[in-house]
Amino acid sequence: MIAWTIYITFAGAALLLFLPRHFARWIALMTTAATLIISLAAFCCRDLDLAHFTSIVRVPWVPNLGMNYHLAVDGISLALVLVTSITALSSVLFSWDVDERPNEFFFWLLLVVGGSFGVFLSADLFLLFVFYELIIVPKYFLIAIWGSTNKEYGAMKLTLYSFFGGALVFIGIIAAYVTAGSLDLNDLGQFYFSAQLQSWAFPVLFLGFAILAGIWPFHTWAPTGHVAAPTAGSMLLAGIVMKLGGYGGLRVAMNLFPQGFQLWSRCMAILAVIGIVYAAAVALRQRDLKFVIGYSSVSHMGFVLLGLAAANALSVSGAVLQMFSHGVIGALLFAVAGRMIYRRTHTRDLEQLSLLELNRALPFAAFVFVIASAASMGIPGFSGFAAEITILIGTWKTYPLAVWMTGAGMVLVAAFTLRALKRSFFESGQVVGGSGGQLLDVGSKRVVTATTSTSVQATLASTERPIELEPITVAEKCGAGLLMLATITIGVYPKLLLDRIIPAVESMRFLKP
Amino acid sequence: MSYLELLKFAAPDAVVTLTALVVLVIGVATSRATGVAGVSAAIPQKGTVGTATTTRFCALAAAFGILIAIGAVLLLPDRGTIAGGMLVISPLNSLFQIICLVLAFFTVLLAAREMPNYGEYLAILLFATIGLLLLVSSEELLMIFIGLELTGLSLYLMTAFDKTDSRSAEAGLKYFLFGSTASAFTLFGLSLIYGVSGTTSLAAIAQRLQEQGLSPLLFAGIAMTIVGFAFKIAAAPFHLWAPDTYQGAPVSSAAFIASGSKVASFLVLGKIVLIGFNPVHGSADWHAMVIGWSPLLAVLAAFSILIGNFVALVQTNLRRLLGYSAVAHAGYTLLGILAGGREGFAATLFYTTIYAFTLVGSFGVVALVRRETGGDGVKNFAGLYARSPLLAGCMAIFMLSLAGLPPLAGFFGKFYLFSTAFRAGANHGLLWLVALALFGSLISLYYYLVVLKVIFQTPAAETHPIPLFARNAPPRITILLAALLVLFLGIMPQFLVERIIVALP
Repeated sequence: MIAWTIYITFAGAALLLFLPRHFARWIALMTTAATLIISLAAFCCRDLDLAHFTSIVRVPWVPNLGMNYHLAVDGISLALVLVTSITALSSVLFSWDVDERPNEFFFWLLLVVGGSFGVFLSADLFLLFVFYELIIVPKYFLIAIWGSTNKEYGAMKLTLYSFFGGALVFIGIIAAYVTAGSLDLNDLGQFYFSAQLQSWAFPVLFLGFAILAGIWPFHTWAPTGHVAAPTAGSMLLAGIVMKLGGYGGLRVAMNLFPQGFQLWSRCMAILAVIGIVYAAAVALRQRDLKFVIGYSSVSHMGFVLLGLAAANALSVSGAVLQMFSHGVIGALLFAVAGRMIYRRTHTRDLEQLSLLELNRALPFAAFVFVIASAASMGIPGFSGFAAEITILIGTWKTYPLAVWMTGAGMVLVAAFTLRALKRSFFESGQVVGGSGGQLLDVGSKRVVTATTSTSVQATLASTERPIELEPITVAEKCGAGLLMLATITIGVYPKLLLDRIIPAVESMRFLKP
Repeated sequence: MSYLELLKFAAPDAVVTLTALVVLVIGVATSRATGVAGVSAAIPQKGTVGTATTTRFCALAAAFGILIAIGAVLLLPDRGTIAGGMLVISPLNSLFQIICLVLAFFTVLLAAREMPNYGEYLAILLFATIGLLLLVSSEELLMIFIGLELTGLSLYLMTAFDKTDSRSAEAGLKYFLFGSTASAFTLFGLSLIYGVSGTTSLAAIAQRLQEQGLSPLLFAGIAMTIVGFAFKIAAAPFHLWAPDTYQGAPVSSAAFIASGSKVASFLVLGKIVLIGFNPVHGSADWHAMVIGWSPLLAVLAAFSILIGNFVALVQTNLRRLLGYSAVAHAGYTLLGILAGGREGFAATLFYTTIYAFTLVGSFGVVALVRRETGGDGVKNFAGLYARSPLLAGCMAIFMLSLAGLPPLAGFFGKFYLFSTAFRAGANHGLLWLVALALFGSLISLYYYLVVLKVIFQTPAAETHPIPLFARNAPPRITILLAALLVLFLGIMPQFLVERIIVALP
């Protein structure tokens, strides 16, 4: 049944090409809503054996070369399919205002979503790679056509990084294929690859996937890509695309080459910790709100890599939970920054935003952003906490030093999140000033911005009342509500996901005893 | 062997020859009748083009003849040999005769109403097709050389056919000079091989070489033969003609050179080195190079991938860009031949076939855009999306297939090629070439995306839509068919892979 998420999404995308533009957003909405219903139904369904990677469809595709159209599902896939459909639905809701070539926009968007479903459900290495590469070009067009700041540069950088990662993955995949003579992930999971092959194939394959997961030092596509992308694009990138890398690393690289993984896991842990701390530190100095969130994504994905590197059932389950959690939280943060703030104020500069008193102008946005920031910082009660604490407890057994350093990183995460929150929403002129002289200074700054910047700020300069901004629409409220519901549900009751994830993780063969 | 039997075996070639003569007669007769008396054919004018009905009649006759020839190929017996391998009928040869005929058919559709002296142009195109048919179906050096020359001479003429454009003349001259030099090399190489082995049949040569091993004289012969083919497939450093020809020739000629000629050349190159020169294979593994033909081809492939991709990065003319990308693709395709064996040859044949269809389609788009905007620079494609979403979509399919992205045929083709190359040799010896090819693909993605960016994003100078079927439908049919084929073979590659693998001996 869950295979229908793929078919429905691609069918919706195909339909978009033929129907007039007025229907575009509705078709996208119905498609993504249908996939959410299907994945929720599969999630509640008790018949599925989620402990093993169970085949659901298997049709010969290119029998001469041993390729099958083979889909399978287990707890890990299911959790990621669920977060994909949640993020997809909310990203459609947050793109309700796309007026420029809407058919195409939603077409590319659905291709990204459908390709991601395909990656999460593929049980054939070639099929997985097809879906994995399929999403490269839609990402490019989403950003290059509908993006904002420096969009062509960001789009091209993202695409070339993805393709480069894809090339590394390709080498790893054909190494496995040629050696084992099979492309079936379950068969390959049983196959014993020689230690020499594993020692070089693992890092190539894992690095290829990890580039998409934003591993340091190959993370630089992520902030520029996120910033350049339209709101839905950033939501998909942060919410889904970065997860593809983490998932591929787990499902393919680690499960196929366990010995190679043992050999390299220490390096992975080091890169992960550097990523967490470095990205958080960089985020602390950003002026652009989206850059802050972009680096926070890199930092959060560092947790995923750390959890994978520690390689015990708890830490890996935590990593999968973190993928779910960050998918939701990252999407929520970008939705606020991109749609709620940027579309209305036409600025994301924290200095300028701090003059707008957005907490009074957009109280709902402020509320959502507070929730999202709290979840992102890892406050108990939100999914971020549940995931990160699981990862850290799991990692403690293997790399205690890494946990200490990550703890320091988490302070930085809290610091930049609070800074962004305060600057963007809760900073009125009076608070900044403190004394009379500085207040005057702020006042003159307002005049400067008013003359150079948009008319929105011109009205601001003339009146002391909160500026008039277009009110938050129903679609935005629904999208934000959906994402907040997801993060709070999992935060309050993480067992819901962990019950399905842990058995699946325990059946993998790379775990350290 | 009776003449009747000969006719039976050579029926496709005979049908195409007859068609060419008929088309020639129609073309010449009607242009005399409708043209103004006394106007020399050397001074082309609008008036000498002939009426629309005449050109349509020529095109119809040619298309019809090609379809009959395809039928004749289908009716051929399963296996057969004439005169010691001069003409060999086998499933593989029949399959590629059909593919070459289909490519010729597409080219005829593309060429519709493109130029003056239309009948003559089509007749030359058909002569080139005969050359391809001979080339494909022969396993004997002399016949192969005759096929090469017949194709080559016809293609030189087709390249220089546009008498109103000096670029066309330049391209024709360059193509001719390079081509005839390369032919001389090939002929010399073939004669050396004949001298060493005492036979011209590929299977017999393989036997002799098995006994003799590699001598310097033989190596010189092999190297010279390969030079000739490297020229045909536009592998660097013998690629210099390709960008100029792709840019200067009439669009349909360029399409045919890039598709039909290339498919046949790859097939024959594969046959010669994999059947004839098989005993002196050598090795191109990075850790154990052994002299033979494969290090030679490996060097050609590496040069082609690097030069083609890097030079394509800076091109501003789309046809020139396609020319350099053709060089890079020749490099990729050589990987399959290097891998050798049934698998490698099948991968090469699959890739070169889908590449041919992709290029016919993209040249079709170029032709239409050139007609609408008067140029074929990348900037002429600005805003094509707004003017004709369908054409833009087809172009996107072609470009992304060339870049090797799913779900298009190019993706599967590259996967197939690179995985067979990876498998070949001891201890993944060809990994260096595979890595190089992947690096080349990464570079190529950039320039294909730039083209697509211009098509989809840059606003158009003119906004009136390009009508799809209003007038001059045949080229558009070609484009649509090619795009559908590329998409279909990407989703269901089994369709072609199975046929090729079954047909391979």
